[in-house]
Amino acid sequence: MEGELPAAPRGSSGLPAGDASGDSPCALLPAEALALDGDEDDLEVFSKTSRGEFDSSEFEVRRRYQDFLWLKGKLEEAHPTLIIPPLPEKFVVKGMVERFNDDFIETRRRALNKFLNRIADHPTLTFSEDLKVFLTAQAGELSAHKKQGPGLLSKVGQTVRAVALSMRGVRSRPEEFVEMNDFIEAFSQKMSLIDKISQRIYKEEREYFDEMKEYGPIHALWSESEEDLADTLGGVASCLDRCCQATERRLCGLSEALLPVVHEYLLYSEMLMGVMKRRDHIQAELESKAEALTYRKADTDLLTEEIGKLEDKVECANTALRADWERWKQNMRNDIKSAFADTAERNIHYYEQCLATWESFLAAQTDLYAKEPSEDKP
Amino acid sequence: MEQAAPDLERLLQPAPLEPLGHPDAGLEAAVGEEAEGPQDDEGPGDRTMTENNFWLKKIEISVSEAEKRTGRNAMNMQETYTAYLVETRSVEHIDGPSVLTDSLWRRYSEFELLRNYLLVYYPHIVVPPLPEKRAEFVWHKLSADNMDPDFVERRRIGLENFLLRVASHPILCRDKIFYLFLTQEGNWKEIVNETGFQLKADSRLKALNATFRVKNPDKRFTELKHYSDELQSVISHLLRVRARVADRLYGVYKVHGNYGRVFSEWSAIEKEMGDGLQSAGHHMDVYASSIDDILEDEEHYADQLKEYLFYAEALRAVCRKHELMQYDLEMAAQDLASKKQQCEELATGTVRTFSLKGMTTKLFGQETPEQREARIKVLEEQISEGEQQLKSKNLEGREFVKNAWADIERFKEQKNRDLKEALISYAVMQISMCKKGIQVWTNAKECFSKM
Repeated sequence: MEGELPAAPRGSSGLPAGDASGDSPCALLPAEALALDGDEDDLEVFSKTSRGEFDSSEFEVRRRYQDFLWLKGKLEEAHPTLIIPPLPEKFVVKGMVERFNDDFIETRRRALNKFLNRIADHPTLTFSEDLKVFLTAQAGELSAHKKQGPGLLSKVGQTVRAVALSMRGVRSRPEEFVEMNDFIEAFSQKMSLIDKISQRIYKEEREYFDEMKEYGPIHALWSESEEDLADTLGGVASCLDRCCQATERRLCGLSEALLPVVHEYLLYSEMLMGVMKRRDHIQAELESKAEALTYRKADTDLLTEEIGKLEDKVECANTALRADWERWKQNMRNDIKSAFADTAERNIHYYEQCLATWESFLAAQTDLYAKEPSEDKP
Repeated sequence: MEQAAPDLERLLQPAPLEPLGHPDAGLEAAVGEEAEGPQDDEGPGDRTMTENNFWLKKIEISVSEAEKRTGRNAMNMQETYTAYLVETRSVEHIDGPSVLTDSLWRRYSEFELLRNYLLVYYPHIVVPPLPEKRAEFVWHKLSADNMDPDFVERRRIGLENFLLRVASHPILCRDKIFYLFLTQEGNWKEIVNETGFQLKADSRLKALNATFRVKNPDKRFTELKHYSDELQSVISHLLRVRARVADRLYGVYKVHGNYGRVFSEWSAIEKEMGDGLQSAGHHMDVYASSIDDILEDEEHYADQLKEYLFYAEALRAVCRKHELMQYDLEMAAQDLASKKQQCEELATGTVRTFSLKGMTTKLFGQETPEQREARIKVLEEQISEGEQQLKSKNLEGREFVKNAWADIERFKEQKNRDLKEALISYAVMQISMCKKGIQVWTNAKECFSKM
């Protein structure tokens, strides 16, 4: 991949989702989500694996957007302080200056593809049972699996407790998580701006391209009513046309390489805030039980036991987050770096192409110049 | 990127307009002839400078400054206008020092007056156009305000260009009013008006009428008219699209500037990525600000095209004059033919054509032989006069066509040269823009890779 311009989306031999560590510990090869014609919400997910716990080595299933949503929910539930990859929005979000391509479906498909690959690459999430079901179960099996797990009432109960706790807030967030939180807030703000700016650039370049389409042909039209100038005008016309084509390529590059990455990290920053909240929530649970113990609100022995469990829980949560945070930061740095470096490379390429076009036009013209009588020479 | 070969670079400098007295070979010959030959067509005796040393020395004309002034206009109301300093220098020997011989202030309306005068007295010449009165084909960054300094500056250049074009024209340069424009500040307007040129101007209605009714214009002029219509249409279209393209390009570059600010803020919260982000941001700022110079250069290119847009109108004016003269000729011939016929009818007594006299004769009785004789005599006089007139009109017409076509050929060569140069300079501008782009993004890429 070094020194090469990123090409169109890879085939099912696929692409690890930008993992910093070259080879992931698991050998679940990337899944490919393809859109079918017809129902835009009907996606085919292909996966390949060489892992033992899977029944075969290739799978092909049909999934809807809500299935992806379900998967994400389950992963968050199981690993509240791991950084779960973000899902693309279901619909075009109002306020987005311009859709990446005019093809929202394609953009979303790529983002969903990324989502799955990131999960597959994650050292912990890749072993999730829910993931396995998602990738391999046929439609009936999947709905059956979805119905398992805590019932509706207990879920409601959980939510009520969660709300109560979040209103209480956490007493003393450890320093490292305060820093993390501050970073996430600032990062989120910057990402939002960068997302907007990048989309605006796409829009402006798009409109520039639209105007350029007309520019070359006018010169060609003019050359038709001229004699001596026809050659020069024709030359300018074809240069402009070629620059126009180069602009189109530049636009594609932007929408393929830069915009999706920036947007993903914008969504990531929202995810991260959720992760921070969940971590705080776990700590808050502990604190509330500890408080209860202090005020002897319930059976001391029971409470002490519960507190013990919660302390472990908090410890696990923090450790998990800490590790995943480092991993995430590393990935972020690489992804952002290569997205922008790639964009810069494309822009260089664009200007080089235009330069070559104009220089060859100029060379041709001045050859003609040299052959003409010397009335212009000083 | 390699440098262009040195002679390429020299060729690509926009050629300065030839100051008078240093023309190319063809022009010099024409000037020489004019000095000895007869007066210009349609120019009264003392209009041209036949024995003035002024034109034999090399001279340089420049419109060197523009100044805002306030004054009172004809209706005694306060107005603000811009005055331009017109300086003339003469050079005694080749490569010798130039001496300032004349320096005066003119406003745009005086340039207009000069041009209108030239249009009337040199209808067979493609008279150079003035720069636009009001800014047109603007894109959003430029203001359409006449007082805007950029507009004033571009107009100053345009006015200088106009004077240089007139001065390097073999016929126009000899005009006395033009000479006085450069040398006599006060009273010049009165002198121009005293020539009564406004009265001599053809009425628009007359010209329009002729255009529709003329039967046999010279085909070359008809073609030229079509060409000038096409030229005008295509250049306006081009300028409009160019303005829109410039607008969009401006947007693309400037939005990148926002990256600069945000990268800088972001770098504050990053450790390893911080430096890379910060310096990349700087390059984004450089990229964003580079568009200002680029588009300013393009504006000069647009002005070069605009000049030929306005030249199209000058071409049409010459065609119109031809049509008018031709129509006049046709009318005179028709009139003569009808008089001859009338005469014949009176002489032979047959009435084939309708005439008022014929009608009244029928109503009020025949006229006497003496009356008829008298009428025939009058007609014969008129016919003889008419034949003379027709002869001279014919001659005039042919002279006009010959001279006009000569100037049109000269104009065509000038146009091809100038526009070719302009298009080439446009290519040079694009090349420069691309090189800057490569530079900036290469730097940015390096910064990104270091993040």
